[in-house]
Amino acid sequence: MKAPVKLKTVKALEQAVEAQKKLRQADKKPVLTVSAGTCGQARGALKVVEALQTALKKAKLDKKVKIRVTGCHGFCEAEPNVLVHPHDLFYQKVDPANADTIVLETLKKNRTIKALLYKDPVTGKTAPREKAIPFYKKQRRVVLGDNALIDPTQIDDYLAIGGYGALAKVLGKMTPEAVIAEVKTAGLRGRGGAGFPTGVKWEMARSQKGTPKYIICNADEGDPGAYMDRSLLEGNPHRVLEGMLIGGFAIGACEGIIFVRDEYPLAVKHVSLAVEELRKRGLLGSDILGTGFSFDIRIVKGAGAFVCGEETALIASIEGLVGEPRQRPPFPAEKGLNGKPTVINNVETWGNVPLILGKGGAWYAKIGTEKSKGTKIFSLVGKINNTGLVEVPMGTTLREIIFDIGGGIPGGRKFKAVQTGGPSGGCLPTSKLDLPIDYESLTAASAIMGSGGMIVMDDKTCMVDIAKYFLNFLRDESCGKCVSCREGTQRMYEIVTRISEGKGKVGDIELLEELAAAVKDASMCNLGITAANPILSTLRYFKREYEAHIKEKRCPAGVCKSLIRFTVLPDKCTGCLACKRACPNDCIHGTLREVHNIDQEKCIKCGACYEACRFEAVEAQRDEAIVILEGVK
Amino acid sequence: MNGTLSQALKDRIAGLAAGYPEPAAGLLPVLHLVQAEMGWIPPEAEREVAEILGLRSIQVREAVTFYSLFRHRPGGRHHVRVCRALSCTLRGSEPVWRRLRERLGIRSGETTPDGRISLEEVECLGNCDNAPCVLIDFEEHARVTPDEIDRILEGLD
Ligand SMILES: Cc1cc2nc3c(=O)[nH]c(=O)nc-3n(C[C@H](O)[C@H](O)[C@H](O)COP(=O)(O)O)c2cc1C
Ligand code: SF4
Ligand code: SF4
Ligand code: FES
Repeated sequence: MKAPVKLKTVKALEQAVEAQKKLRQADKKPVLTVSAGTCGQARGALKVVEALQTALKKAKLDKKVKIRVTGCHGFCEAEPNVLVHPHDLFYQKVDPANADTIVLETLKKNRTIKALLYKDPVTGKTAPREKAIPFYKKQRRVVLGDNALIDPTQIDDYLAIGGYGALAKVLGKMTPEAVIAEVKTAGLRGRGGAGFPTGVKWEMARSQKGTPKYIICNADEGDPGAYMDRSLLEGNPHRVLEGMLIGGFAIGACEGIIFVRDEYPLAVKHVSLAVEELRKRGLLGSDILGTGFSFDIRIVKGAGAFVCGEETALIASIEGLVGEPRQRPPFPAEKGLNGKPTVINNVETWGNVPLILGKGGAWYAKIGTEKSKGTKIFSLVGKINNTGLVEVPMGTTLREIIFDIGGGIPGGRKFKAVQTGGPSGGCLPTSKLDLPIDYESLTAASAIMGSGGMIVMDDKTCMVDIAKYFLNFLRDESCGKCVSCREGTQRMYEIVTRISEGKGKVGDIELLEELAAAVKDASMCNLGITAANPILSTLRYFKREYEAHIKEKRCPAGVCKSLIRFTVLPDKCTGCLACKRACPNDCIHGTLREVHNIDQEKCIKCGACYEACRFEAVEAQRDEAIVILEGVK
Repeated sequence: MNGTLSQALKDRIAGLAAGYPEPAAGLLPVLHLVQAEMGWIPPEAEREVAEILGLRSIQVREAVTFYSLFRHRPGGRHHVRVCRALSCTLRGSEPVWRRLRERLGIRSGETTPDGRISLEEVECLGNCDNAPCVLIDFEEHARVTPDEIDRILEGLD
């Protein structure tokens, strides 16, 4: 291979983009695209790639067919998947053993392999094409969609889809002010949590006198259930880097820093490669493309502290200090890294920037709702049929996301709640399913947009238990600087734990509400300020469930261990053995087609039998022992 | 166990630190390097890192204790991390976790007496679509079941 040429002018960059585009158009070779992000790799995608390579060689097609190894395509449920081009086929859950068939049948004989097609679990119909699959139908994948078109380790692949075209336009024709104006017209708001208008933040930093200026890409993604930033950085690092270059130019920054979780090794690898490649091509360094704009990017790995995702803590962390938040103002845009003006944006925010500058702010502003523009990527996880990354226009309803795209709840169970916004967010019930989601609507409903995690829960989930989970998370992750946050999260956790153990008292709910208000008022950073949200939202929508725990010593969902005992209902039990097999403690007796029985002495109340039974024959009953105990007192 | 840095590692640290205008800015990258090479960050190494970077020992100590990723105790040959966050819990990380603890006879943060495996509960690994997920060294194991744990453990030396 030729050594890459250093691009010296904007014109040269434009020509490079055009040349790669033409090359791709002219290339008529069939392509097998394998999705191999972290999610695909964990399910064996690289073994599929190897098997396909071997199969192609055997069939003497290795020179005639291209294999493209890409990042995540979003439909994680179907991993590893293989797209066949130009046949336009979507093969899901591919096994290395399928490689020969794909090559011999589909590539050689043009035949579709039915067994590998997506099959609708409801209608049983197969869908040969990606577009026909319900998971993709309602999505608008303007940010994440490119993942399927490029090998993230090849900058030429990114150029071939028009990548760095927006940068060429910016550096060739626009002033920094015009770039900022475009981002403002687009109405882009931060995707990392609070939804602050990006253009306004940039303008604030640009207008500061201090130099040098910095920009930061926040890839510390720590919300439980959120992984869209990982997927974007892993599958399309150049998209994020192009956004950062444009931002750096707009603000007048000299350096950009990507702060990424150490738990994301593949993202670190791909983005490091991409930065190297940019230096080689002359798109990072001094006097980029002869425009006088000098800019470089470095990568800093996090070290496992959730609070470091908060912007001031993150900056302290880059500076080598303990990652504790500090009081704002001054905002980082005024005094950030090393005390200099610093713009910090989330990965997805940066990923939207090339799109806006490429297609124009006005075009972008047509997507979404009045105050929330563009699309948002959500990670749909938990009790949902189609887990994966979903990109939809702002204003899409929860019902569309969970049922039309997500395929509803598995195992024939009922939807109970969806948690959005991570530890700062809240749980929304069935009555909110038709809510068109944007920043404002979610906040009004006691949840928040957050970074985009959507954890779906079914009717076997206890909301008191969920609140307990988040409070435990928050008390662990509180940096401890503010007493209100440190002590408040601990106190709330203790109260909720007590409630879940059947030791709740009348007045506990009011006490929780009081503590919630105190923590909100007296804490410095958003971790503390929003720490009560999981409590407040569950209290707002599921108060009766709290009351059942407190007054009746009952856990309606059958989760809180101290309040339940598992029994088999003789008239419902079919003797299918499912519960017996699931029990880790060998405490279920019974043989095939006979009513089963649980040995209460040995039972550790893990609930495995309850989950396993398909006939609703295992019941989580209120444990009478507790009621008696309370009565004695 | 000898907790001092080898000369080669000291040189690499000095080289790495030279890339940062402010010495403290090199701290996180240097600690990552030390842990990658030694498996943990021994107290002697903390002092030496402080010396090379021109920081106070206490500053290095604070960072090592604040960031949960850094280990101030030696770990096992293999590092088993189990996600205990919500999506994984909803999809059955509890039985997986229980099986691991039973099989290894240790709790989170502990290492088996033979030094083979350290076990750790962690928050979301960003692999929630593959819940419940377990990270062993740097390999992701997707949709793990308790029975798979037995098989996976057998495969570790
Ligand atoms: C406790 C805490 C954790 C946060 N974690 C993240 C994170 O992981 N990723 C992120 O982009 N923003 C996170 N934020 C928000 C950042 O402080 C900041 O607002 C954001 O990076 C700004 O980027 P944006 O305007 O593009 O959203 C967190 C905030 C708090 C209070
Ligand atoms: S609110 Fe909590 S996490 Fe934030 S600075 Fe205060 S103590 Fe630390
Ligand atoms: S709850 Fe767990 S231990 Fe008890 S009977 Fe059911 S499966 Fe066995
Ligand atoms: S919740 Fe386990 S990986 Fe995210």
